[in-house]
Amino acid sequence: MTDVILEMRGITKEFPGVKALSNVNLQVKKGEIHALCGENGAGKSTLMKVLSGVYPHGSYTGDILFDGNVCEFKNIRQSEERGIVIIHQELALIPYLSIAENIFLGNEISKNGVIDWNETMMRTKELLQKVGLKESPQTKVEDIGVGKQQLVEIAKALAKDVKLLILDEPTASLNENDSKNLLNLLLEFKGYGMSAIMISHKLNEIERVADSMTIIRDGQSIETLDMKKDNVNQDRIIKGMVGRDLTNRYPERTPKIGETIFEVENWTVYHPTHADRKMIDNVSLHIRRGEIVGVAGLMGAGRTELAMSVFGKSYGKKISGRIVKNGQEVQFPNVTSAIKQGMAYVSEDRKGNGLILMDDIKQNITLASLDKISKRAVIDENKEMIEAENYRKKLRIKTPSVLQKAGNLSGGNQQKIVLSKWIFSEPDILILDEPTRGIDVGAKYEIYSIINELAAEGKGILLISSELPELLGMCDRVYVMNEGSITGEVTREEANQETLMMYMTKRKVRG
Amino acid sequence: MQSHAQKERNYSSLQPKSPIKELLKNNMRQYSMIFALIVIMMLFQVLTSGLLLQPLNITNLILQNSYILILAIGMMLVIITGHIDLSVGSIAAFVGAISAILMVNYEMSTFGAVVVSLLVGALIGAWQGFWVAYVKIPAFIVTLAGMLLFRGLTMIVLEGKSIAPFPETFQKMSSGFIPDGSAANVVTLLIGAVLSVALVISQVKARRTQMKFDFDVQSKGLFLLKMIGMVVLLNVFTYVLASYEGIPNVLILLGILIIVYTYVMRKTKAGRHIYAIGGNEKAAQLSGIKTKQMTFWVFVNMGVLSALSGLIFAARLNAATPKAGNLFELDAIAACFIGGASAYGGIGTVPGAIIGGLVMGIMNNGMSLLGLGIDWQQGIKGLVLLAAVAFDIYNKNKAG
Repeated sequence: MTDVILEMRGITKEFPGVKALSNVNLQVKKGEIHALCGENGAGKSTLMKVLSGVYPHGSYTGDILFDGNVCEFKNIRQSEERGIVIIHQELALIPYLSIAENIFLGNEISKNGVIDWNETMMRTKELLQKVGLKESPQTKVEDIGVGKQQLVEIAKALAKDVKLLILDEPTASLNENDSKNLLNLLLEFKGYGMSAIMISHKLNEIERVADSMTIIRDGQSIETLDMKKDNVNQDRIIKGMVGRDLTNRYPERTPKIGETIFEVENWTVYHPTHADRKMIDNVSLHIRRGEIVGVAGLMGAGRTELAMSVFGKSYGKKISGRIVKNGQEVQFPNVTSAIKQGMAYVSEDRKGNGLILMDDIKQNITLASLDKISKRAVIDENKEMIEAENYRKKLRIKTPSVLQKAGNLSGGNQQKIVLSKWIFSEPDILILDEPTRGIDVGAKYEIYSIINELAAEGKGILLISSELPELLGMCDRVYVMNEGSITGEVTREEANQETLMMYMTKRKVRG
Repeated sequence: MQSHAQKERNYSSLQPKSPIKELLKNNMRQYSMIFALIVIMMLFQVLTSGLLLQPLNITNLILQNSYILILAIGMMLVIITGHIDLSVGSIAAFVGAISAILMVNYEMSTFGAVVVSLLVGALIGAWQGFWVAYVKIPAFIVTLAGMLLFRGLTMIVLEGKSIAPFPETFQKMSSGFIPDGSAANVVTLLIGAVLSVALVISQVKARRTQMKFDFDVQSKGLFLLKMIGMVVLLNVFTYVLASYEGIPNVLILLGILIIVYTYVMRKTKAGRHIYAIGGNEKAAQLSGIKTKQMTFWVFVNMGVLSALSGLIFAARLNAATPKAGNLFELDAIAACFIGGASAYGGIGTVPGAIIGGLVMGIMNNGMSLLGLGIDWQQGIKGLVLLAAVAFDIYNKNKAG
């Protein structure tokens, strides 16, 4: 058949002691966007690594046919020469180099080893035009936002004469607007005949752009669906991914809301290095006992900055405003005192700010509350073991032992370790910053259940999320932020995606 | 990427089949270091036709390496927090010079001079800790500056000359032995016996509590074997020392330091904080650890231990010289990396630093006994450092 650009047949890949892929088949047609779906750890990335030559020919079994030819890639270079380019989830750009230098990195336009800068700049301009990025080729990558960086990655792929573009979670770190742009761009390129494979957890995006999809579960290809013909919707995809119907994506909960236990009043924060930039502008909010309060906003709206500045001033300078807890004004001069006074903050960047990956699970769980397991500064290791074991069972962290290193666990289980750490510190107020980012559907449900339990115990929860359905499904009340201010507050009853979106883009009228 | 089910299978395949394998697998890195140390000892024992393990030479080994080992302990803490200290040799020289001026020129009492010297070390550590922890200048730069600064100050205060001799009480710190009237050094043997009993009691106690909580423990046979091995080793060691002059004072000091620092790093909150800072400073800070303060104190501690090392070196040499402590920092850093520290912070142990230091020390000593020149010694030591770290990284890659 001529309209098939890629066929992977019977791919099996084993790691010592583990079969990561078993007889996987994948067929991508010319000029289509093919979605690849599956839970974290299902084997999507492994499959793409086989395709792009990260795992060289010979380390797996099965055949790869690209453009009608059998391919035996020994490294990424060979696959790129054939027009297969992969854009990884973590962007591979060098921040201190310019856009042009990044686009032609490893692929420089040169004569006898000397770079032809004129040609490079011209080509870069063309490419930037194609991806719709209005930046000078000389701009350093560190000076542009994540959304634009993603566009640079795509321009880089285009510079390599890409025939099949593979995107691994392309919108994971983008806000709604940038995501929309990116997806439109993909559709545009599709119009020019480029094929793409897109790995994504965002089912609504798949619904929007994909022509067909393959679902992978436990290292096996389960089914390939034609989005139109098979009338695929999100529930159908989830069913394929988890192998069962997930009738309710958000666990049932009857809110038991009490009195106000936490208030932030007139909170204003300035940028830590640009002292005249106001990052948070006169924000006031309150949380009641047993309530889950959402914070919506686009990237850069100031949600994380708000959370961290409240949590022991771990962000920003010239912080002003009042914090009232249980009716009394309190001060959190540093993180230690915030924790002591019953605050907890689950950070957005799990690996970067939440966990010590090289340490074992038990050490991570007890890190924020070593006082609880120590007597006169000496840690009681037996007690530590018992407490950690306790949380492993309670939160169902999937590991044979709490002595396992945190870095060896999957995203969902790592998040459970972070949650254990903060539950163990016995806070009254938990600030959860994107608690389900990059976590698969099944584990998300478990995390939601944990959050609900915490609320039921009478804690106040502030849930920051970029996923509107999550806010709608979980929260009793949602604050919406834009440009450092709160632009709206909606109750569960009034909330829907349209209202939230409206407030998220609304500008505060300064008076 | 692997699914959860597969991961669990993967873990279970790692589960041990026999207790010996379990012991080896869980402590691979530690045991391979001890193993390497034993191999090197055997090698030089054979090459020097038995000279290496002579009582006299063992005592010499301890005296020669004590100041490096003391530095290595402090350096290990610095490296675990993710920093480095290049200035320790210069600090040791500077403090040695100060102590000489106090004791020789101003005839201050030994005790007073030692206290003042340690305080000077603490102040220098605080100076460097301030720049590293609070101003956030990379430790490499701060301590490189310190290395030049304090070497310069040493030469200034000594006016380019050596100061000697020290009072006898001070010399005893480094070259003395614990007082013992008997010819057979009964006190030394007694100390060995007492330590053996203490060791066995503490180990049995720890095992009992672990069993009480239903944790996994080593099988009884293995535990017994380990106990017997440790007790025999300890007593053979004290016996060998006893057949020369007994236990050197400096060994007592070193022993106390090793035990205290191992305990602090393994069992206390402070130790846990230090590991956490090196593992992920941001996560540690957001978990309520005062990262700046802790880093500052780690450097203060390094300053004090550098001062102590400088004092012991001066006492051994019985002089304060402008060149004292030259290249000590490199020996201490090498000891840590041979002993299993990670260059990126967060990993390493105090006993590891000691074993690494002993590997270096025995090689120095053995090669000197063989009559190898300093040129060859340097080269071979460099290769051993590289090989040790390469082996470590190879192992890690294999495991990961």
